[in-house]
Amino acid sequence: MCGIAGLIHRGRSGDIGREMTAMLQALKHRGPDSAGFALYGKPDPDHQIMRFKVAEQADLAKGFHIHQQMRDRKATVDARLAELGATVEHEDQATEYAHRYVFGFDGDLKHLVDYLEDIDAVEILSIGHALELVKDLGDAGRVSSQYGLGGFKGTHGIGHTRMATESDVDIRSAHPYWAYPFNDVAVVHNGQLTNYWGSRRALERRGHRFVSDCDSELIAVYVADRIERGDELEAAMKRSIHELDGVFTYLVATSDSLGMAKDVMAAKPMVLYESDEIIALASEEVAIRSVFPHEIDTFDPYEGEVRVWQN
Amino acid sequence: MAELSREQESHRMGMHTEQLAGRTQQIFFAPEEAENFASPDAFDVDFNKRSEFDVTEMTQQQVNLKIRELMSQGYGTIVARNPGAKHSLGVGILNRLQLYFEGSLGYFGCGLIDGPNVRISGRVGWSCAENMLSGTVVIEKNAGSTFGAAIRGGDLVCKGDVGARTGIDMKGGTIIVGGRTGAFSGFMMQRGRMVVLGDAGTHLGDSMYDGTIYVGGKIAGLGVDAVEGEMTDLEVQWLERKLAVYGLEAPSGARNMTKIVSGKQLWNYDNLEPAEKKLVL
Repeated sequence: MCGIAGLIHRGRSGDIGREMTAMLQALKHRGPDSAGFALYGKPDPDHQIMRFKVAEQADLAKGFHIHQQMRDRKATVDARLAELGATVEHEDQATEYAHRYVFGFDGDLKHLVDYLEDIDAVEILSIGHALELVKDLGDAGRVSSQYGLGGFKGTHGIGHTRMATESDVDIRSAHPYWAYPFNDVAVVHNGQLTNYWGSRRALERRGHRFVSDCDSELIAVYVADRIERGDELEAAMKRSIHELDGVFTYLVATSDSLGMAKDVMAAKPMVLYESDEIIALASEEVAIRSVFPHEIDTFDPYEGEVRVWQN
Repeated sequence: MAELSREQESHRMGMHTEQLAGRTQQIFFAPEEAENFASPDAFDVDFNKRSEFDVTEMTQQQVNLKIRELMSQGYGTIVARNPGAKHSLGVGILNRLQLYFEGSLGYFGCGLIDGPNVRISGRVGWSCAENMLSGTVVIEKNAGSTFGAAIRGGDLVCKGDVGARTGIDMKGGTIIVGGRTGAFSGFMMQRGRMVVLGDAGTHLGDSMYDGTIYVGGKIAGLGVDAVEGEMTDLEVQWLERKLAVYGLEAPSGARNMTKIVSGKQLWNYDNLEPAEKKLVL
């Protein structure tokens, strides 16, 4: 089933970590397998923020050498970053397998990602000047607490609570997906894509990489591909309505925008609240109510609808 | 026997008491039709006996049990404040009752009801009043998709806009939408009437078996086997009377609404039910 949510403050920052945690926790019944956040703080044009993992959570329960292997993988990441001329200025480690680096780098970002992901079990979750992408197993409250997201200040965010139907229960298949290799672009999705494999093969032939077998990743790669070809975000999303087949509602976020798209049958839910100060979207109104307990006017976007809002 | 068609033969065998084609119109305009009947196990309630409670700290199950408890105590007018878009509120009520929700409901609100008159001051989520049998549900603001799915009777009214698949599989009753409705409204509709005062999305009335849809605004596109019908004086009178009950009015007048019915050209339209086919084949 899955639940998705998004929120953008207009012209200001807010308690985006707390707000997104509350919204996603209210959607827990739509999917308890994993939860993920793509939160956008104040952009730092001089630095890249990279979230990456060196193992799956489940890997910790097997293998005699997993802890040493994770340390070795991290050391290899450090060595390769240095080799490419990246200067790491800050490191955080929320879990033994999940890392956050802030570094300076002005080279080829795609090459950097490809070179790092060449290391066994290393997956780049996101890179951006404002984007912080966090996802893990369990509900939103657990993940938010684990990664200390409750105090995150920012302009906007999207999130996902997952019921695994098309692929495994692991971090690799959890949402959001970063639109590799583009800075600050992330996607969450509720639905099923029925032309996944054909579209994936077409995108792979164009040089794009997939880290999972989750159909939702296709949307992130598709949007990245359209942006690479010169489409604006809204144009890319409008094209996706006709080129992606299946039932879907998805959200896309960039460094300053939040967008939503709904398939032509409007088969997957989305409730929208729009005011002069804030836009909030969720699979169910009860999620929006967790942030706005007072009476508000909401509505369902219609079939084939694409909307994009700026911060 | 050999010269009889299957339909003629089934009629000769006494299997039909009504003309199969167009039966919706015959049945639903019959003045003697029973409406708003109550369950024999219904509570004896007094509409002048009123109770109010706040839903904020209650689970959906607690809310529904509270309504039942109040009905068992004879309360005929119940006000539930601050429902907070919680799901499945006001479901399974088989009783005459005046029920007011001050706020918005989530998914599946007022499903499987038979008899109550419900008013909701806010919005409702997906699948409001699913499988409703009788009574009225009136929503002041907007509604989500699959509004009135498979209803069999009663009046379901949304004064704002509704989502997609409104009245999907409806088997009777009346759905009124004050604003716009989304794609696939009236999909596989079997009986009853849907009145949309605003615009309708694509695939309107797709694969509808029977029933009637009236649209006051623009229609983005008709579904398979949905065709435009001719509006009768009786229907205009009914529309004007019915809309007036809820304080609504067709923007360009009831007579100028577009009437959509089944073209009855789909493969499954041969006027014989499956059991009848077995007998005559």
